[in-house]
Amino acid sequence: MWTDPVILEWIFILVKIVVIFGLVLSIVPYTVLAERRICAWIQDRVGPNRVGFQGLLQPIADALKLLLKEDMLPNHVHKVVFTLAPALVFMPSLMILAVIPWGSTIGPMTCVLSDMNAGMLFALALASFSVYGIALAGWASNSKYPFLGGLRSAAQMISYEVCLGLSLVPLFMQTGSLNLSAIVGYQTQHGWLVLYQPLACFIFITSMFAECNRTPFDLPEAEQELVSGYNIEYSSLKFGLFFLGEYANMLVASALVTTLFLGGWSLPFAPFNAPATVIWVGLTHVAFFVAKVCAMLFLFIWVRWTVPRFRYDQLMALGWKVFLPMALVNIVVVAIIMACRANL
Amino acid sequence: MIVERPKLTFWDRIYMPQILKGLWITLKHIPRKRFTRQYPEETPPLPERYRGVPVLVRDPDQRVKCVACQLCEFVCPPKAITVVPGFRAESGPDAKVEKEPQDFIIDMGRCIYCGLCEEACPEEAIFLKKDYAMASYSREQMKLHKEKLLEMGGIHADRICKWKKK
Repeated sequence: MWTDPVILEWIFILVKIVVIFGLVLSIVPYTVLAERRICAWIQDRVGPNRVGFQGLLQPIADALKLLLKEDMLPNHVHKVVFTLAPALVFMPSLMILAVIPWGSTIGPMTCVLSDMNAGMLFALALASFSVYGIALAGWASNSKYPFLGGLRSAAQMISYEVCLGLSLVPLFMQTGSLNLSAIVGYQTQHGWLVLYQPLACFIFITSMFAECNRTPFDLPEAEQELVSGYNIEYSSLKFGLFFLGEYANMLVASALVTTLFLGGWSLPFAPFNAPATVIWVGLTHVAFFVAKVCAMLFLFIWVRWTVPRFRYDQLMALGWKVFLPMALVNIVVVAIIMACRANL
Repeated sequence: MIVERPKLTFWDRIYMPQILKGLWITLKHIPRKRFTRQYPEETPPLPERYRGVPVLVRDPDQRVKCVACQLCEFVCPPKAITVVPGFRAESGPDAKVEKEPQDFIIDMGRCIYCGLCEEACPEEAIFLKKDYAMASYSREQMKLHKEKLLEMGGIHADRICKWKKK
């Protein structure tokens, strides 16, 4: 019965769901801790180090605190949308993780929940979806600062979504696929795409910073200007969900960058540059993926505590006048190079 | 006032070199020595004449030095000190001192650590020590009474011992 391929497939799907949830729900709280520790180190401080060894239990204490807070529902908010918005921020990022290959194969199991052919399109569509949650939260809160935060988020989404999509076009032209597993497969044979497409990589990462509302593009939150933007009226678990969503988005962005540009689970030498045939190689592939994602998360945190926030007009100018032309020119240049190589 | 805007070079205008420079600076700070003091374990070094909690002291013969003259009570700007004066035993070695406080209350919720009580005291009986962590759970607990003050003060190495000579 256990060897029946249909049942085995279902068991694998369950295992993958558990792994993805486990990864998200374990990495995300510790990203928050890492953020606080690294920020402290950059500022010559120590950071939270009291709860557990070196503060390792701090995320649990934080979660408990959030759970025990009073869940306020202000009278002036649009109740349905107000309640829905935090889930709309958190959900899409979890759904994107379904198409990201977090390993090659472990035994007979392929390490991707849904090996979709239009995987990258799906990911881009959902990535923009999480901005709806923020815009709706800003609107439903029915007060001025959240409203401004929501507006900024919407404008920011429009100006960066375009560059985000366009920056990936050369990638698809080169690999000839939208399937993320296929893109990783291409990289195992030809080397990491960041070496072929450094400009695309740069534009993609920068746009992802904007997409995740991270400094230097954290205008929807902007503590100093908007107090904390779209989530002012939220408390307790709803706020927690926003918080979790923000860091889950960061995790997803790191996973996407890893998959698209940094070779996913692979390393550029044997036996790590081909889908695993032995279980231990499969497990090390997962470990490489997690390590690369952690490195990207560190970059996110590092940049946040280095670069000051852009002014609003600077942000729009950067999006429309710099990145958009750059991405377009990049597409043309790559197309010309590809045409030349095909004809020579 | 006219502020001269700095002329930006090409490399300033494309922004990236400056960001990379900034990233390098923050990276250099990560392994540096921390400025944080781990407070309850590591206490700050206090200067020699630090003014902390005012406390009462005894002289080397275990006698309470305070003679309940109430000068500190009168000089105290926030009226934190309350002295309940009383008489000493009719006979015995301390009889000539005549007075001592029955109770001596310092409300640490009011004290401003000015040190005027120490300055005003003619008997060198009250000192501002180096204790500073006086948090407690109620206003009532913030009032320190005579026993507690004497316990915190301990014995003052008095070289003059004026009451022995009288």
